[in-house]
Amino acid sequence: MNTSPAPSKSDLFKYTLRQADNSMVLCQRLCQWAARGPDLEEDISLTNIGLDLIGQARSLYQYSASLCDQQVNEDDLAFMRDSHEWSNLLLVEQPNGDFADTIARQYLYDAWHLLFLEQLTESNDTTLAAIAAKSIKEVKYHNRHSSMWIKRLGDGTEVSHQRMQDAIAAVWPFTAEMFIPDELDQRMLEFGTGVDLKALKHTWDSQVSSLLVDATLSKPVAGEAIVGGRQGQHAEYLGDLLEEMQSLPRSMPNHQW
Amino acid sequence: MRANQNSKTLSADELKFEELLASGRKIEPRDWMPDDYRKTLIRQIGQHAHSEIIGMQPEGNWITRAPSLKRKAILMSKVQDEAGHGLYLYSAAETLEADRTDMLEKLNNGKMKYSSIFNYPTPCWADMGAIGWLVDGAAICNQVPLCRTSYGPYARAMVRICKEESFHQRQGYEIMLTLCRGSAEQKQMAQDALNRWWWPSIMMFGPRDDKSPNSELSLKWKIKLFSNDELRQKFVDIAVPQANILGLTVPDNDLSWNEETGHYTYGEPDWEEFFEVIQGNGPCNKERVSNRREAHENGQWVRDAAIAYAEKRAKISRPKTTQDPL
Amino acid sequence: MESKKDYPLWEVFIRSNRGIDHKHAGSLRAADAEMALQNARDLYTRRSEGVSIWVVPSNQIIASDPDDKEILFDPSKDKIYRHPTFYSLPDELEHM
Repeated sequence: MNTSPAPSKSDLFKYTLRQADNSMVLCQRLCQWAARGPDLEEDISLTNIGLDLIGQARSLYQYSASLCDQQVNEDDLAFMRDSHEWSNLLLVEQPNGDFADTIARQYLYDAWHLLFLEQLTESNDTTLAAIAAKSIKEVKYHNRHSSMWIKRLGDGTEVSHQRMQDAIAAVWPFTAEMFIPDELDQRMLEFGTGVDLKALKHTWDSQVSSLLVDATLSKPVAGEAIVGGRQGQHAEYLGDLLEEMQSLPRSMPNHQW
Repeated sequence: MRANQNSKTLSADELKFEELLASGRKIEPRDWMPDDYRKTLIRQIGQHAHSEIIGMQPEGNWITRAPSLKRKAILMSKVQDEAGHGLYLYSAAETLEADRTDMLEKLNNGKMKYSSIFNYPTPCWADMGAIGWLVDGAAICNQVPLCRTSYGPYARAMVRICKEESFHQRQGYEIMLTLCRGSAEQKQMAQDALNRWWWPSIMMFGPRDDKSPNSELSLKWKIKLFSNDELRQKFVDIAVPQANILGLTVPDNDLSWNEETGHYTYGEPDWEEFFEVIQGNGPCNKERVSNRREAHENGQWVRDAAIAYAEKRAKISRPKTTQDPL
Repeated sequence: MESKKDYPLWEVFIRSNRGIDHKHAGSLRAADAEMALQNARDLYTRRSEGVSIWVVPSNQIIASDPDDKEILFDPSKDKIYRHPTFYSLPDELEHM
């Protein structure tokens, strides 16, 4: 039994890094939309969401860096780790696909992210709680934005309905991972530092179900969960994403930019 | 009664228009205006808007590869501002009864132009520095006087744009400064970028005054307030000392300080290249326009869905308006 | 062609701070009111320029004709007694 009143520094480091990686990878995906949005206004909206996410990632990486045994900074954590060292959820690394795929990924994550942050504001780690409190306002807007599109694409034209339905089905297997705690999640929960992932499931389910009904979409049947992101088991997608993102600082390490 | 150059009598409308211009007051959307004034404005504002939208690409290209989180966030917000500025400008053009959809279509099929500067490639991170420093620097020289242009909605859009763009040039210069203070390899990247962007930036001000057909009328109508060469000189005078601070060499053998005039004397750009790029034969013309067209076409089903959704809702109930006091 | 339709135009008004009127900021395109509000937020308040936003379909705005300017606005020009500077009062009277 763990008797110490607070999590170990290395646990807290890893836990913070996970949340940072989620925001970072999703931000990078949204960056790939730059100048490619379905209309000019949406280009701006997607970048706004990306900017919120990179802000969150930076706060979390800076906090992680302060907890790390080695001398590292936010950029080392973002640019110098290989794909197997990344602990983001598999959902956020899924490729952009068409706009429906992007919105499906975004909404299913936003809905979870919001519930996650609400709990994290109660964390006994004051830094994590403060970052969560700041992020929550941003993510409420993300959730409103992606919900708006789920309804419009779902209940728009026949084409958009089909695309939205397919998109939801395609990312659905990756959502289960968000509610399955591993040992680290368990330990962080016991200390009152982390979030009770299992407890988020019920609310998420009912919120998602009710939006899908509004959007005339059907909820996919729960199939087999695809997991492993938090343990560094990623699809090749993530490797490609990181290769692009990290190429310059890796080809010229120890430089100021 | 006053008369114009053709000594034709001015109509009451024309007279009122001329009086407004002469007194320095703004022309507003519902005022009478000469057809050519309207056309010139639509062309200029439209081109300006298109330049902002196409201008997202050379930098958007580096958002996914920016070498630090800080630089990534800055570049994202800069490219986002460019989309915003494009929209402010389309919005100004729409007050002249130019339709945005129509303007975008003309951009997509090559019937409307945008600044040729965005047809040059950005192979290197230092290009992000050079674009911010030089291209935005040149744009600012052009745009600051436009805040006082005679057409109200255009002037107001420019005020907003200039206010927001002030960070764009500074962030570019800071990238250059960081590279120049870094390793020899980084400094070389910065010099290469300056070599590639200097002349295109000089040419951003358009042809020489004696070869600029539209300028005279634009000046008369106070759409433009300074000539191409006046603005170009201003830019050179500002940019050369900035290059010196960086320790970089401006790629112009004819460049020298003229004590008498208090200005730099500079060499003649390669105007043949300029006209080639304008004609659509620049290194990236086809790519830029086809990317834009692709984004537009790929988004059609999304826009159709949003319209269909709105129409369905409108049938079910009247759009909800605010019942409470505003 | 049916599929080439663009969104309708909306006018955007922003209240930049409490105590200040909403001011016209510009226009944008959006399929419906909800989208127009979100787009207005993203387009016109990227630097926290606003505390409140109005969006109005552009075709719902009824504007006066500039040719009517004389009829509408000139008659008030000679009513100078509506302005405080019309009245000359003794200097000793400091605040009025």
